Amino acid sequence: MTNDPTRFRIVGQNKEKVDARGLLRGKPVFTEDYFPKDALVVKIVHSPYAHARIARIDKSAALGIPGVVDILTHEDVPRIPYTRAGQGYPEPSPYDTVLLDNKMRFVGDTAALVIAENERAARMAVKSLKIDYEVLEPVLDFEKSMSSTAPLVHDEKDSKGIYEPSRNIAAHYEMAIGDVQELLARSPVQIETSYYYPKSQQVALENHCTYAYMDPMERLTIISSTQVPFHARRILSKILQTPPGKIRVIKPRIGSGFGSKQGIITEGYAALACLKTGKPVRLSFNREETFINTYTRHDMRVTVRIGAELDGRVNVIDMYALSNTGAYGDHALTVAMVCGSKTLPLYNKVQGVRFVTDIVYTNLPNAGAYRGYGAPQGLLALDGALDELAARLNRDPLEIKAINSIRQGETSPIFQIMGEGREGVPQIARSCKLGECIDIGKNAFDWEKKRKAYGWDRRTSETVRGVGCALAMQGSGIAKVDMASATLKMNDDGTFNLLVGATDLGTGSDTILSQIAAEALQIPVEKIIVFSSDTDVTPFDVGAYASSTTYVSGNAVLDAAKKVKASILRAAAGIFETDVEKVEVIDGCVKNLTDGKTLTFAEFCTLCFYGANHQQICETGSYVGEESPIPFMATFMEIEIDLKTGKVTPIETVSVVDCGTALNPALAKGQVEGATLQALGTALFEELRFSETGKPINASLFRYKILDRCSFGKITALFAESYEPTGPFGAKSVSEIGIDTPTVALLNAVYHATGLRFHRLPLGSETVFNALKAKQ
Amino acid sequence: MEIRIIVNGAEKRWNVEPGELLIDVLRDNGYKSVKKGCGSADCGTCTVLLDGRAVLSCSVFAASVDGKSIETLEGLGSEQQLHPIQQAFLDASAFQCGFCAPGLIMATKELLEKETVLTEDQIKRELSGNLCRCTGYENQVKAIGGLMEKKREGK
Repeated sequence: MTNDPTRFRIVGQNKEKVDARGLLRGKPVFTEDYFPKDALVVKIVHSPYAHARIARIDKSAALGIPGVVDILTHEDVPRIPYTRAGQGYPEPSPYDTVLLDNKMRFVGDTAALVIAENERAARMAVKSLKIDYEVLEPVLDFEKSMSSTAPLVHDEKDSKGIYEPSRNIAAHYEMAIGDVQELLARSPVQIETSYYYPKSQQVALENHCTYAYMDPMERLTIISSTQVPFHARRILSKILQTPPGKIRVIKPRIGSGFGSKQGIITEGYAALACLKTGKPVRLSFNREETFINTYTRHDMRVTVRIGAELDGRVNVIDMYALSNTGAYGDHALTVAMVCGSKTLPLYNKVQGVRFVTDIVYTNLPNAGAYRGYGAPQGLLALDGALDELAARLNRDPLEIKAINSIRQGETSPIFQIMGEGREGVPQIARSCKLGECIDIGKNAFDWEKKRKAYGWDRRTSETVRGVGCALAMQGSGIAKVDMASATLKMNDDGTFNLLVGATDLGTGSDTILSQIAAEALQIPVEKIIVFSSDTDVTPFDVGAYASSTTYVSGNAVLDAAKKVKASILRAAAGIFETDVEKVEVIDGCVKNLTDGKTLTFAEFCTLCFYGANHQQICETGSYVGEESPIPFMATFMEIEIDLKTGKVTPIETVSVVDCGTALNPALAKGQVEGATLQALGTALFEELRFSETGKPINASLFRYKILDRCSFGKITALFAESYEPTGPFGAKSVSEIGIDTPTVALLNAVYHATGLRFHRLPLGSETVFNALKAKQ
Repeated sequence: MEIRIIVNGAEKRWNVEPGELLIDVLRDNGYKSVKKGCGSADCGTCTVLLDGRAVLSCSVFAASVDGKSIETLEGLGSEQQLHPIQQAFLDASAFQCGFCAPGLIMATKELLEKETVLTEDQIKRELSGNLCRCTGYENQVKAIGGLMEKKREGK
């Protein structure tokens, strides 16, 4: 096994995605494709009110509809408070949810479940179920949630872990290093600014769906579109009062998730219906339900105060984030902490830094995990503030950001102080090519030339152009929390089954994990048969979130491969009747160094199965990160504004990423490009909107637009590869970081173009048009 | 009512309800490549070819396709030999989760079977109704652009 990237044979190559051919031929590989026609249909009866209590339920009319099997309400299940958030146990999210509640906390909340023999009967039952509500006043504006007159979203007695239910505060966190007030007061330049990040949605194209059945041994089996099968098993066990050993959760191919499937949502309802009826059941959300009943981004107001010297050196940063978790506190604390912990260490030259956050409830749909989780919100304000500082000092913003940012071998005390819902771990940036990211991007984009060529004074009668930049960091899993494991089992044709609990959502993690195993065993990647994930079959893994799979699961695969290699050597020594030091593994063979005799892996494994030294070569490796290595990125963006309409169009976006070794460069590039597009959507038009009574008004793909292939200009993803010494073959994460920068880079570019600083996303044409009108 | 249709070259007689949608009938009969991303004609994942024309099967009544011919992704390529569009998508890493791929491949097939050779901008416009959330679209446009180029050269 080599650590020298120039000698890698399998990693660093654009190996074909292991699931590519099946997907391209339309094979039935997604959850809904497993639904048998005769499975019972489960549907949710949604609350029409943002805040209400169920006073009375009359099931009779609905139950009288032919084909309706059962109707379940809060009266039919015990109250077991839990969090739907799929996080490491014990979860740092409040237990403020019960499977079926008598209180409704947003329009669309689950009032009841209908179980029917077919879609039509289920739909009719949903309409016919009579529920009388006691309607309560809602709180819809998150900036008013903490006020003493605001109605209380969680007034129930049995919830646990809510920070201050009497003020609608789900969670709170604060930390300070140095005397922030004093440092601000004696800094000659001070900036104070606030930015608003919208309630956007992940929009995975496959809606949330679950199929549940009792297997012949009466074990509950769940096939589900989930990022977290093992967390699903644990949480289902708790809320259904069924031992984990009686539950099996299978994740087939997933039609992406972006965090929206890092919660136990459809699984809970389908599992309950299956247990109640003893029959196979299916539950598919429609697009509106996926918008409203799963997760969204936490919308936030983030305020940043900066104290700096006249030469642009930043002395102190003070950040406050007010986060809107909606009706329930899933991922409330972790996302808000990441708002600070994965942005502030980027500017580590400061003498003081403070981060405070309140995460409040409102009567709106649940926020939760979404790619980048907190970092995009924090960076919007932090990078925006630095851009404002540069403008105040009349300096190039890239230069201001560059001189203050972290470099290889440096650290920040924040790493140790801030973890996720708990303390962090100390770490240094062992691999960091942020400087190179800046330089490569600056040249590829032609930053300096464009900065001079564009701007308000260079506008034409119809358009004006501008450029903006932003720097970002992320992490690679949650240190000392996220655990992954992998099993490698040898077969008698020289292939290996690689069983991983890691959850490929479409990202290609099955492929890069196979590449890691193949590289470690020095065999072609085709010899690895990867399978993910099934709680009965694959070893434990927390699942796909927090940019953990490449680093944490990848290291687990590497550990398994090392152990398997050692096992092979031991067994081969037995077969060759020699010492283990006299045996070598070379190119898919075992070799006796004493007499030069070799056996192919196929011959060797056949002897293991049928010869005198019977054994199955099979090892499990596992890994918990001692650190969470940081990928870095620099993004440059050019935009054009139509002066007649105010429409902002991205012309070119260049992002340069340091993700350590890019294990599969094509897949890594795809992660950055896709994340860029998602962020541009948020910058330009993605926001869930609600009426004055809290009714969603754009929860469809017709009214909530995501970017199509026409409207974003050119996107370029480049890499400044470093070598992360603790990563598998030098790799760090790459899946989330790409979403951090484009939003703020776009606002910075609009400022460069117009001199107008916007503080709220999405930036609609009307806002820009009106501001331009006022300016002229 | 009974409808008689040709699916991927094979004749079928199916009983359908008057209100049933083509997507549901196709999926119920095993054509699982047809995906439902929205059910409201906004995402393109359910695209199939109806007499050679790309349609959104979530917005077509099954009863209305009586006597017509339907192509789904199941009809393209084999284990030994991918269809050229599938191969181009594979070569260009044009997809990630693969949920949008069936619809996009069928829409691409329609474009390639039209007489005109389209420019990159025209390809983007024509396929703008096929959404993808994973990729940045770049590799898809590259893959389809390459196929257009081959078509121009008459290969």
